[in-house]
Amino acid sequence: MRGFIKALGEIFITFGLVVLLFVTYTLWGTGRYTQAQQTSLAEQLDARWSEPTAADVTREKVKLGDGMALIRIPRFGAKYRFVIVEGTTPADLRRGPGHYAGTAMPGQIGNFVVSGHRTTYSAPFNKVDRLKDGDEILIDTRRTQYVYRVTGSQIVAPTRVEVTAPVPFRPGRKPKKRLITLTTCHPKYSAAQRLIIFGELDRQLPRVNDGGQK
Amino acid sequence: MYLWIWRHLPAKSPLAKSAIALALALALTALLWYVVFPWVEPQIQFDQGTIDEDG
Repeated sequence: MRGFIKALGEIFITFGLVVLLFVTYTLWGTGRYTQAQQTSLAEQLDARWSEPTAADVTREKVKLGDGMALIRIPRFGAKYRFVIVEGTTPADLRRGPGHYAGTAMPGQIGNFVVSGHRTTYSAPFNKVDRLKDGDEILIDTRRTQYVYRVTGSQIVAPTRVEVTAPVPFRPGRKPKKRLITLTTCHPKYSAAQRLIIFGELDRQLPRVNDGGQK
Repeated sequence: MYLWIWRHLPAKSPLAKSAIALALALALTALLWYVVFPWVEPQIQFDQGTIDEDG
C-alpha cells in the first residue's frame, strides 16, 4: 500500500512538471514555428513582388494561406514586421496575422480586417492595447504602401461579427471610408473577449520594387 | 517508480547512473517539446483572436 501511494505521488509530480513544461512551450516555444513560417512567407512574397508584371494592372489573386501584404507598426519598433496571411483559420493564424477573406483588400473602400495572436505563436498583436489614436499602421502591398492611422479601440464579445462589416457595427451599410480593423484576444492568455483596433487610411505612397532589386 | 528506474539503470557507479538519468530526462523533454506538444497545442488552443458566430 505504501509503495502504491509513493508511486502515485511520483506520477502526480511528474505530471505537474510536464504541464509546466507545456505552458512554457505554448508561450515561447510556439513562436519558433511562426518565425520559420514568416521567413518562408516573406521570401515567397519578395519573389512574387519582384517578378515583372506585363501591364500596370494586376489581377493576381491571393490564394488562401499565402502571404498577401506586410504589416508594420512604428510604435512597436523598427523590427516589427509580419507577413499577413490570407485567411483566418487556426492554421493560418499560427503562421502570422491573417486577413479575413472576403473583407476589403488593403487601401480599398471598406474594411480591411486582420486577426492575430495576442499571446503564443510570436504574438504579433501582443501590444496592440498600447496603440494610441493617430498611431500609424503601415500596410505594404506590391505597388503601394498604405498608411492607416488608429482611430479607436473597443473590447467586444467574440461573436460581434459586426466589427468586421464594411462599416463597423453597421452591417449592410454602403462603405465610403477606407478602414482597417485589427482583432485579437482579450484579456491576454484568454479568449473570453476580443480587443478591436479601428483605423482609417491616412495616405498612400507608391512603392517601387519591380525589376527585382535583389 | 523512480527508485525502480534508478536500480535498473545499466551502470554501477553513481556518477554514471546520474549521467544516464540526466540523458533520459533530456531525451524525454525533447520528445515532449518537439513531437508531443506541437501536436497537442493546436487541439486545445486557448488564444484565438478571430471574430465569428461561434465565438
